[in-house]
Amino acid sequence: MTSASSPVPGGARQPMKTPARPEPVVPTLPIVTRIEMVLRLFMIQSAWNYELLLGNGIGFCVEPALRRLPGGRNGSAYREALARQSQYFNAHPYLAAVAVGSLARAELERAEPARIERFRTALCGPLGSVGDRLVWAGWLPFCSLLGLAAYGVGAGPLTVLLLFFGLYNAGHVALRAWGLSVGWRRGMRVAPALANPVLREGPGHLARATALVAGIALPLALGRAIGPGRGLLGGVVLIVALMGALAARLPQWLQGWRLALGVLALWIIYALAQHTVVR
Amino acid sequence: MVDAPILTLTVLGAVLGLDVVSFPQAMLSRPIVAATIGGSVAGDPASGLLAGAAIELMALETLPVGASRYPEWGSASVVGGAVLGLHGESRAGALTLALLAAIATGWIGGWTMIQLRRLNGLWARRLRRAIDSGSGGAVIGLQFGGMFADLLRGGLLTLLALLAFLPLAEATLAVWGASARYSRAAAVAVAASVAAAAVWKLLRVTEGARWYFAAGLALGLLAMALQ
Repeated sequence: MTSASSPVPGGARQPMKTPARPEPVVPTLPIVTRIEMVLRLFMIQSAWNYELLLGNGIGFCVEPALRRLPGGRNGSAYREALARQSQYFNAHPYLAAVAVGSLARAELERAEPARIERFRTALCGPLGSVGDRLVWAGWLPFCSLLGLAAYGVGAGPLTVLLLFFGLYNAGHVALRAWGLSVGWRRGMRVAPALANPVLREGPGHLARATALVAGIALPLALGRAIGPGRGLLGGVVLIVALMGALAARLPQWLQGWRLALGVLALWIIYALAQHTVVR
Repeated sequence: MVDAPILTLTVLGAVLGLDVVSFPQAMLSRPIVAATIGGSVAGDPASGLLAGAAIELMALETLPVGASRYPEWGSASVVGGAVLGLHGESRAGALTLALLAAIATGWIGGWTMIQLRRLNGLWARRLRRAIDSGSGGAVIGLQFGGMFADLLRGGLLTLLALLAFLPLAEATLAVWGASARYSRAAAVAVAASVAAAAVWKLLRVTEGARWYFAAGLALGLLAMALQ
């Protein structure tokens, strides 16, 4: 709601005008600091561990901005802020850019430490779950299947490689850049930005697009990988459909690649036995 | 052993293993990229691409989510691509052995990633006091230390896997008795079954996805028939 009405004695209810709140001025970071932060975002998971998870990475990425606090690198403000930002944190590595941007701004604006810590904790959940659904379960399999579809229609190594790598990273780099930018612009008021339609509706649309591309890519990739021979291909398609439906019902711990390893090992034993029989 | 550029492949495995988590996560480590490059280094990009497509089908099942354990496909795909690239895609059993080498390397690679996370945790505990006092050197040192250790991990894993699987593949292929055509079909069927299971799971959790899949399948089969 942007306006309220108040009763006026003896008269009609008059709308009460509230003055528009001025947009806060977004401070600017020197270009060198921004570039350093962007580059560090690509290394955010380098020290990932079970104690701090992404925590040290957040401190590492925010650090170039913290040097601008009073006293610089040797100041107590820098040390306190860096210690705060290097504690436990969990998020999707790409969307962690949002946290890096908003936490850097909160620290440079000298927000109350307890408030920063609460805000930091609140960011973990949404940035993790949205990122996992959007990127790991959406964008990555979509691009991967598109690459397989290109392979299936006969594209060469360079085309397949460039298609997958170029498309995937167009989304990847854009997401990191958007995250850092929106985080810095909004600071601790970044929550509404996380309701962005791409983040909210994107995973569902991507899952449906992935299903479409999967339908196209799987038979085509199978066809090219197996080579000529329709009878053999038809048989393999049937086997794959049956095995796939069965494998989908397996318990989580018994992942398909483990079974694949067993089946391939059995086939090797069979091939070696055939050699012995022929001799 | 076949004349393999072990050193180049080791460096490649190190760099692509690093991409999985530490830097830059640009998915150079995805099998379709990593195995193709591995095959190219071994002298046969087309075979590398075949290995990449087959391993990619299996990798569709595993999501690289946070703390979960999953195969490390970056270094593994370099090994798989190299095995197939060195022997050629038309050689009987070569794809089967390339896939076996890739899965086994990926499995061990997943274990090494867990150990690396524990090592990072150990370093973080040792630096705890410095980190808690806001030492920039400690925070940056921990980050670069983890990255360097991961690079080393990927390189060592690739080197050991190449030293194990290249002679094994050569010896096995020399006495391979099954038909080239059926061996290749079996290997592809195994990989595609894993992919089909991954897609099946996707269809179950997404509203309307099965209709999109059905439409895609109709298009895919039509395109296949036209080819």
